[in-house]
Amino acid sequence: MGRKLIELSSNLLLVAFILYIVASFVFAISVTGKRWGKRDEQAHKQRFGSIGFGITIVAVLAHASYIITRWIGQGHIPTSNMFEFIAFLAFSIAVAFVIIYLVYRVPILGAFAIPVVFIMIAYASVFPRTVTPLIPALQSYWLKIHVTTAAAGEGIFAVGFAAGLMYLVRTIDQSKNSRSRRWLEGTLTLVLMLVGFIITSVVFNAMDYKAEFELNIDNTKSVVEYKMPAIAGPQNAVLLSDSAMKPWFDAPGWMKGLNAAKKLNTVIWSVLSGLGLYVLLRLLFRKRLGQLLQPALSDLDPEMIDEISYRAIAIGYPVFTLGALIFAMIWAAEAWGRFWGWDPKEVWALITWLFYTAYLHLRLSKGWIGEKSAWLAVLGFIVVMVTLVFVNLVIVGLHSYAQVG
Amino acid sequence: MNNVKCECGHANPVGTVLCEACGNPLLEEIKQGDSPLDMRYEGAARRSQTYNKSIIDKVWNFFSSVKIAVYMIVIVLVASIVGTIFPQEVYIPVPKPASIFYEETYGFIGKIYYLLGFHNLFSSWWYVLLLLMIGISLVVCSLDRMIPLYKALKKQKVKHSINFLTRQRLKAEVSVPAEWGSKLDQLQGFLKKRRYDVRREGDSLLAEKGRFSRWGPYINHIGLIIFLIGALMRLVPGYYLDQYVWVKDGETKKVPETPYYVKSEGFTIDFYEKEDLPEGAGLDNLQGVIKQYQTKAVLYENVNAGLPGSEPKLQEVARHDIIVNHPLKYNDLQLFQSGQRPKAIAALNMTLVNEKTGDKIGKFKIDLYNPQSEYKINDTTTIKMLEYYPDFEFTKDKKPTTKSPNPDNPAFVLNVISPQTPNGEKAWLFLGSYLPAPGTENIFGYEFSMPDLTNITGLMVRKDKSLPVIYFGCFISMLGLVMGFYWQHRRIWIQTERSLVYVAGHTNKNWFGLKNEVLDVFKKASIPVSLVEHGKDGKKVD
Ligand code: HEM
Repeated sequence: MGRKLIELSSNLLLVAFILYIVASFVFAISVTGKRWGKRDEQAHKQRFGSIGFGITIVAVLAHASYIITRWIGQGHIPTSNMFEFIAFLAFSIAVAFVIIYLVYRVPILGAFAIPVVFIMIAYASVFPRTVTPLIPALQSYWLKIHVTTAAAGEGIFAVGFAAGLMYLVRTIDQSKNSRSRRWLEGTLTLVLMLVGFIITSVVFNAMDYKAEFELNIDNTKSVVEYKMPAIAGPQNAVLLSDSAMKPWFDAPGWMKGLNAAKKLNTVIWSVLSGLGLYVLLRLLFRKRLGQLLQPALSDLDPEMIDEISYRAIAIGYPVFTLGALIFAMIWAAEAWGRFWGWDPKEVWALITWLFYTAYLHLRLSKGWIGEKSAWLAVLGFIVVMVTLVFVNLVIVGLHSYAQVG
Repeated sequence: MNNVKCECGHANPVGTVLCEACGNPLLEEIKQGDSPLDMRYEGAARRSQTYNKSIIDKVWNFFSSVKIAVYMIVIVLVASIVGTIFPQEVYIPVPKPASIFYEETYGFIGKIYYLLGFHNLFSSWWYVLLLLMIGISLVVCSLDRMIPLYKALKKQKVKHSINFLTRQRLKAEVSVPAEWGSKLDQLQGFLKKRRYDVRREGDSLLAEKGRFSRWGPYINHIGLIIFLIGALMRLVPGYYLDQYVWVKDGETKKVPETPYYVKSEGFTIDFYEKEDLPEGAGLDNLQGVIKQYQTKAVLYENVNAGLPGSEPKLQEVARHDIIVNHPLKYNDLQLFQSGQRPKAIAALNMTLVNEKTGDKIGKFKIDLYNPQSEYKINDTTTIKMLEYYPDFEFTKDKKPTTKSPNPDNPAFVLNVISPQTPNGEKAWLFLGSYLPAPGTENIFGYEFSMPDLTNITGLMVRKDKSLPVIYFGCFISMLGLVMGFYWQHRRIWIQTERSLVYVAGHTNKNWFGLKNEVLDVFKKASIPVSLVEHGKDGKKVD
C-alpha cells in the first residue's frame, strides 16, 4: 500500500513537471506567437493565456496529489528532507503564481514564473528520494506549520523575483553597454548555472558515475565517493576507482572536512556547465540573453510589472514573517526551551526577513521603485536560495536536511 | 505657536506641507509646480521635518529617519551573514577554547574572526546596541509620523483645492454630464456597495475606505517594540532560568534553583521498526534510527522549601512522559528531554583484596553520581576517598583534572586504613585498573565485578517568563502586517466646479486595484472617463 502510493506520488510529480514545462511554452507563445496567424493579437493572447493557465491549474492539482499521496504513503508530511522540501517549495511558487495571475492576468508572467517552478522540481530530483524517518526533534506539528508557511512565503517571493527579472529584461537598454546590462546577463547566467547543475547531476547519475577517493582526516582513513568526475579532488587523496577521471587539481588546503572538496567540485561543474550553456545559447541565437528575451515583454507596461513584483513581496512578507520567524520561534520554544538560538538557519531566516524589510522601507521612503526595486526583488530571492542551498548543505545547522547523496 | 493659514482659511501647524483641510500646498515652490503632490503622511507637519536646533531635535531626527533605520538594518544584516560563516562559539564541535579553535581550524581568517568578536557576535555589545537603537528608532519614527498623520486624516474636508485634485497620481476631468445630480447619487451608491465611506457636500464627494490599514505599519512597529522588551526582560533576575539535570532511572533529584524535585521513573529509547515505514520505501537499513526518547517524569514540590534547615517534604505536583517537543510544564517551569546516557555505568562494584594472599577482604560499591567520602569494609578496615575525577584527564602541565562533571571516565584516589596500614595506603583507581603510588608495593588491591548500569536522562530546565510578552509582541506585529498589507487606504474625490467635474484618486498601495475600481463605478453610471495616471516621478503612464 505505502509503497504503491509512493510510486504513484513520484509519477504524479513527473506529470506535474511535464505540464509545467508545457504551460510555460504556451504562456510564452501567447505573447511571442501573436504575429503568426491572422488572428487578432489580443484574442490570441487571451486564448493562449487561458490555455496556459488551464494547464497550470492541472499541473498544480497533480502536484498537490503528489504531496497528498506521498503524505499518506509515508505517514508524515513530505517536507522533511531536501527533495521533499524543494518539491514543496516548487508547489508553493506555483500556487503563488496562480493567485497573482488571477489578480493581474498577465500571461507572460507565466513564462517567467513557471520555469522557476519546474527548475525547482528538477533541482529537488537531484536529492535522494528515500523516505526519511523523522528524528525526534522533527516530530512536532509546529514544525509542519512552520515549514509549510515559510515555504509559502518564499514561494510568493519567488513570483516577486520572476516579475522583478521581467522588469529588468523589459527596461534595461540592450543597445548600450551599461552596468545594468552586464549584471542582467550575469543574473541570467546564474539561473543557467542552476540548470547546469541539474543537468550534470542527472546525466552523471544516469551513467551511474562513481569515483572513490581515500583520504586521511585527523589520522583516520575515510573514503569519499564522487558522483561527478573530479575536477577538483581532495588534497592528498588516493583515487581508488580505476576507470574514473583523474582530478585536474587538488582542492585548496583550507577546505577541511570530508565532503568539502566534493562540494567544491559540484560548484565547479555547475559554473562550467552554466557557462557552457550560456555560450551555446549565444552561438545559437547570436544575441545576449537579455536581448533574446526582451521582445517577449515589449508590449508590457513596466509600471505594471513593477507593481506585480512589489505586490507579490507585500503579500509574501507577512506570510514569511509568520512562517519563518514566528512559527519557528514557537516550535523552537517547544523543542528546545528557547525561542531563538542563533543557529545558522535561524540567522538566515532573520537575514532574509531583514532584507525584505529594507526593500519595503527603501521603496516607501526613498522611492526606490522601478529598476532599483526590481534588483532588490531579484537579490531577495537569491538570499532565499542561499539560505536553502548554502546554509543547508554547507553550513550545517541544527535542523539541516539530508545531504546531497 | 505660529500657525500657517491656508487660502481656505484653515490654520495649520508650523511645518505643514499640504493644508490639513483642503490639501492645498502651503509652500510657494510646491504650489507653483504641476508634478504630482507628495502625499506621504498627507503632508502633515512632522516634528523631525520642522525642528533641527537643539540636541534633542538632532537626536530625535536621527532616530526618526528611515534612511538611518535602513542603514542600521543593513548593518545588522551584513554582520549576521558574517556571523554564520564559521560556527558561533556555542556551536563549536570540539571541546576546545575559542581562542585556539578558530585559528587552528580556519587559519588566519579564523584568527581575525575570533579577534573581531564574530565568534560571539549575537551577544556582542555592538550587535545588541544596534538592536537597541533599532528599537529606539521604532518608537521615535512611529511617534513622529503616526500622530500628525492621525490628525491630518481626521481634519480632511470633503472639498479640496483644485490644485490638490489635479495633482494626484490618478485623475480625470470630465465636463459636467447631463442629470449630474442623479448620476452622482448613483456613483455614491456604487461606491457604497464597494464598501466606501462616502461623505457628500453638495455636488462633491469624498469616498474613503480602509483608513485603518494606515495604522498597520505602526501597529507592527509597536509589536516589534513589545517583542524587544520581552527579549530584554530575560535579563531581569528570576525571569529566565537555564539549568540542566541528569537523572538516573528511579532517582529523585533537586531541580536547580527551584523548590522542585524531579524523579525519573524510567528513561527509554525507541528505535524505528520495519513496520513504522512503508515497505520498500527505499530504506533497508533502519538499524539504530531513533524514533523517540522518553522520560517518565514526576515532579514534586518541596513544601518545606520556605523553612530553612528542614528536611525536604515532597508532594507530587505533576506527572508527564517527557518526549522531544513535549516538555513537562508546571506553572512556568518546563523540563525538556535533552540528553541521554543509556546503559551508563552508575556504580562500581568493588572488592578489596589482599595482593599477597589473594584473600577477599570485603565488598563495597562506589556510586559515581553520589560517591561517599568513606567506605567501611569491616570493623577494622575503611577506605577513604581522597579525590574523585568524574571525567578524568591531564591538564597541559600534567595535573589531573576533570573535563566535565559527568562520570564518563571516572578516576579516584583511594586510601585504605587498616591495622596493617594505619597511616593509609594510597592508590589510583580507574575503570578496570588500579595503580599504586609510585615506588611503593601495595598490600591491598582491588577486584572489579560487573558495574551497576542504568539509564540516565538529561533534562533541560527552563523558565521563561518573558515568553508571553514575546508571543504577544509577535501577535501585535502580525496584526499590523496583515492590516497594512492586505488592506489599502483608498480615497476617491469627485468635485464639481462650475462646468467641470474633477475626479482624483489616491491609495497607499495597489494603484491597479484603485484604478479598476474608479473605472468600474464610472462605467456602471455610464459616464465615460479617461483616467490619467502619473508615475510617481511625474511621468505619464497611461
Ligand atoms: C526590524 C525592524 C523593522 C521592521 C520589521 C519594520 C517593518 C515595517 C513594515 C512591514 C512597514 C510597512 C511597509 C509598507 O507598507 O510597505 C514599515 C513601514 C515603516 N517603517 Fe518600519 N520596520 C522596522 C524598523 C523601522 C525603523 C527602525 C523605522 C524608523 C525610522 C521604521 C520606519 C518606518 C516607517 C516610517 C514606515 C512607513 C509607515 C507609513 O508611512 O505607512 N521602521 N515598517
